[in-house]
Amino acid sequence: MPLTRRSLLVAASATLAAPAIARGAGKPVLIGEINSYTAAPAFTLPYRNGWQLAVEQINAAGGVLGRPIEVISRDDAGKPANAIRLAGELLNEQNVDLLAGGYLSNIGLAISDFAKQKGKLYIAGEPLTDALVWKDGHRLCFRLRPSTYMQVAMLVAEAAKLPAKRWVTMAPNYEYGTSAVKWFKQLLMQARPDVRFVAEQWPALGKIDAGATVAALAEAKPDGIFNATFGGDLTNFVRQGNTRGLFEGRSIVSLLTGEPEYLDPLGEEAPEGWIVTGYPVESDTSPADAAFIATYKKKFNELPRMGSVVGYALIYAIVAGIARAGSTETDIMAEKGFPGAEFQTPFGPAVWRAIDHQSTLGTFVGRIALKNGRGTMVDWHYVDGAKVMPSDEEVRRMRPA
Amino acid sequence: MTVLLVQILTGIAGASSLFLVAAGLTVIFGVTRVVNFSHGSLYMLGAYIAWSVFEHLPHTPLGFVLSAAAAALALGILGAALEVTLLRRIYRAPELLQLLATFGVVLMVQDIAQAIWGAEDLTIARPHWMRTFVVLGGERFPLYDLILIAAGPVVLGLLWLILHRTRFGTLVRAATQDRDMVAALGVDQRALFTAVFALGAALAGLGGALGLPDGSANLQLDLSVITDAFVVVVVGGLGSITGAYLASLLIGILQALGVLFVPKLTLVMVFVVMAAVLVLRPEGLLGRAGATVREATAPPLVRPAEPALLGLGLAGLIALALAPLIVGPFALSVLTEAMTAVLFAASLHFMMGPGGMPSFGHAAWFGLGAYAVALAKTLLAAPMPLALLMAPALAAVVALAFGWFVVRLAGVYLAMLTLAFAQIVWAVAVQWAEITGGDNGILGVWPPHALASSRAFYWFSLVVCTAGALALRRMLYAPFGYALRGARDSDLRAEAIGLPTARLRLVAFVIAGAAAGLAGGMTAFGKGSVFPTYLSIGHSVDALLMVLLGGVQTMAGPIVGALAYTGLYDVLLLVTGQWRLVLGAAIVVLVLAFPQGIAGAAMLAWRRRAA
Repeated sequence: MPLTRRSLLVAASATLAAPAIARGAGKPVLIGEINSYTAAPAFTLPYRNGWQLAVEQINAAGGVLGRPIEVISRDDAGKPANAIRLAGELLNEQNVDLLAGGYLSNIGLAISDFAKQKGKLYIAGEPLTDALVWKDGHRLCFRLRPSTYMQVAMLVAEAAKLPAKRWVTMAPNYEYGTSAVKWFKQLLMQARPDVRFVAEQWPALGKIDAGATVAALAEAKPDGIFNATFGGDLTNFVRQGNTRGLFEGRSIVSLLTGEPEYLDPLGEEAPEGWIVTGYPVESDTSPADAAFIATYKKKFNELPRMGSVVGYALIYAIVAGIARAGSTETDIMAEKGFPGAEFQTPFGPAVWRAIDHQSTLGTFVGRIALKNGRGTMVDWHYVDGAKVMPSDEEVRRMRPA
Repeated sequence: MTVLLVQILTGIAGASSLFLVAAGLTVIFGVTRVVNFSHGSLYMLGAYIAWSVFEHLPHTPLGFVLSAAAAALALGILGAALEVTLLRRIYRAPELLQLLATFGVVLMVQDIAQAIWGAEDLTIARPHWMRTFVVLGGERFPLYDLILIAAGPVVLGLLWLILHRTRFGTLVRAATQDRDMVAALGVDQRALFTAVFALGAALAGLGGALGLPDGSANLQLDLSVITDAFVVVVVGGLGSITGAYLASLLIGILQALGVLFVPKLTLVMVFVVMAAVLVLRPEGLLGRAGATVREATAPPLVRPAEPALLGLGLAGLIALALAPLIVGPFALSVLTEAMTAVLFAASLHFMMGPGGMPSFGHAAWFGLGAYAVALAKTLLAAPMPLALLMAPALAAVVALAFGWFVVRLAGVYLAMLTLAFAQIVWAVAVQWAEITGGDNGILGVWPPHALASSRAFYWFSLVVCTAGALALRRMLYAPFGYALRGARDSDLRAEAIGLPTARLRLVAFVIAGAAAGLAGGMTAFGKGSVFPTYLSIGHSVDALLMVLLGGVQTMAGPIVGALAYTGLYDVLLLVTGQWRLVLGAAIVVLVLAFPQGIAGAAMLAWRRRAA
């Protein structure tokens, strides 16, 4: 069934009308969810499919604490000011038990700060910024996705094995890009004191001047390239890079490029040999993953994307925290329930860390290869998020709260 | 050396892409004076349509040419339809109203394109001829870039031939210089305008198609090209095709060299170039001062409201004061936002209506106010009253510095210079992360305990913003306000009776900036955090929409517009996933029903009843 507002309503009213098992068992646990559905549909629509599937499965299995769960979802249109107003609406009018969601980092931070002010729990799904759990972290904010730091650390482990010594960096000109480059330089120089960084490029998000950028990178005569651009910028970059031969004989490590959202549009020009983080969805990486993919495909008639996994795992991660707390009281969830709670994801088991409220959900690292005229990830391995964390002292230093 | 050559060639190829988008806009703008905000949407549709057609054709050069031609043709038809159904009806409306109408189109096209082509970026499979390259001094240079380099001058030449060797072109050029005279000579203006709009739209479609091999058809294309297109048009000089090409070359080459030498400058390169050109040449590179535009009627003198209307305003104020006792928390949060929106819109109206200075960058002052509050709070630990005072203060100081350049310009040139300054401020906020937190913003800017409840903060907003809006109104009915309007309506006569027009404008600019800064400061406390989005183009556009929706030539316009737009936007975003389609359609309907704005229409109806 294609996902439309109407089908959502139908589904919702069906849930209400049906004498569901759980319905008699108490009022539903309400999750107030906010995301950039119209501003970033390529990620958020599969994400919504993911959380809908999880809600369906969990309710069919009896819900949590004997109660069904219900997600009330809002579109922030990509603006932090909207997200805060809608968070207020979810809290005051819908009386949700906790807040969840987020795609852009600044919106995640805005909701997190709002939750802190209002004394509610906020479980961030996608926002990548390290600040969410470190610099601006607090006891009421948790985050599911591996952060910019974690994903960069995964790539650095691979980059350090390469012979490349002269590196250039290429990242969008905003916080995600600057953090990614900062960590990549710092961690790689720790692992390999012999490397040098000889040039950097900072295209404006969504406005890359790809030809000029590729020529400027080539001029630096690097052995290795670190890339953090994604989406439309990545497509333009790869096309110009292919034509101008930028990638030939060079090692490229690239953040997020293996995620189906960004890999699919590259089509047959997907750059072979790049070392990337992502999701090898064609590979059925584990029994849990295979089961998830099969159910998802049956329900939505397409393969899941990374967004689908985030949406799906987010609901299971929240339910695990609530179940462990045995309550939907904010303080009990924040102190006893979530920290240390274990949950299952299509990628494998994960846990909410007590020290900084980051989940240990990891991601896959592999190489891009062409199969049947489109890009896919090969030689992949799953990196558990717990394996790429800085030391506890370091985390405490970066997390004042 | 080769690198420089390759980079300059790359810049020229980029210039061709820019020119293809901007040429259509400048043709439309030159003749119809329509600020066509939907030009980026037409470009995006061109890319999507070309993608769809190319998927069904052999991937030969001929197949691609046919796809591009199909896109141009389709967009030409669409453009003509847009002109006939929408824009034709509002040519006589106040300046810039077309911007509002075409913004409605932008919103609708976003939802429609997503419904037709889906959310994921679409790319064409490049055949060999699109991927291949030539070798220049040891460096590879894409063959397709060479094709683009040629395409720019070819299109320029064809346009030149059309404009200088056909009767249609003669009429278009005549209309660019003096459209009333052309009409007086018996030329069918309607057909001319429709044809011009179709031509401009077709060029946008062609641009979208030719951009496809280097990128993708995606839902972000519309807004990512529209500002660049306006920049090129303005830098080149309004209505000058050759100027647009020169501007494209200048920007394209400087951008390519900028990437090579100062890669951090990507966010503002285009805007720095535009600011520099406009400061040195206020009419753009090849713009001609004094393309004749006759005001059909000078805007009517806006007098203080009649007692009955004043009573209505007072009743509204009392209702707003009592609102927290009646409405729920969500409605209250919308009203709180509406209060700051009222002050924000009133401040823009102050310079745009009576001041005659339209601004595309009003968010700069709003955002500066918000950052002033956030920094005063986090860096200096200033108490709320002091922090709040910093907001208009900082905005006013910066407005004074920028204003000196701005007030010497007029019309769209002035508006685009404010946009350039706003983008420069935005880029500083994004890149100066040590102070501003960059894109992650500044958190924890909450009001003190006494104002923490949503009711208390609402009342506080009501008082501050009403006081601000009333102060602006008071100034407009003071001698200063009349002098300002005199300077707007006739610069020469105002000068002749001894009014210092430039200084008047500068003062108005600074006051408007300060008021917007106060609105920004209030928003910082209301939302508890500050991000660069408050400085973004989108936020500047919001202010314009509110003023135009309410009506530029009334005092109540910005207030009504701010309430209507905030209410409509906030509620639609909450209740429907297709809010862009509904909001866009609502805007289009409102523009057609009330070309003088909502308050303007109410005023007319009131007078008619009274008469």
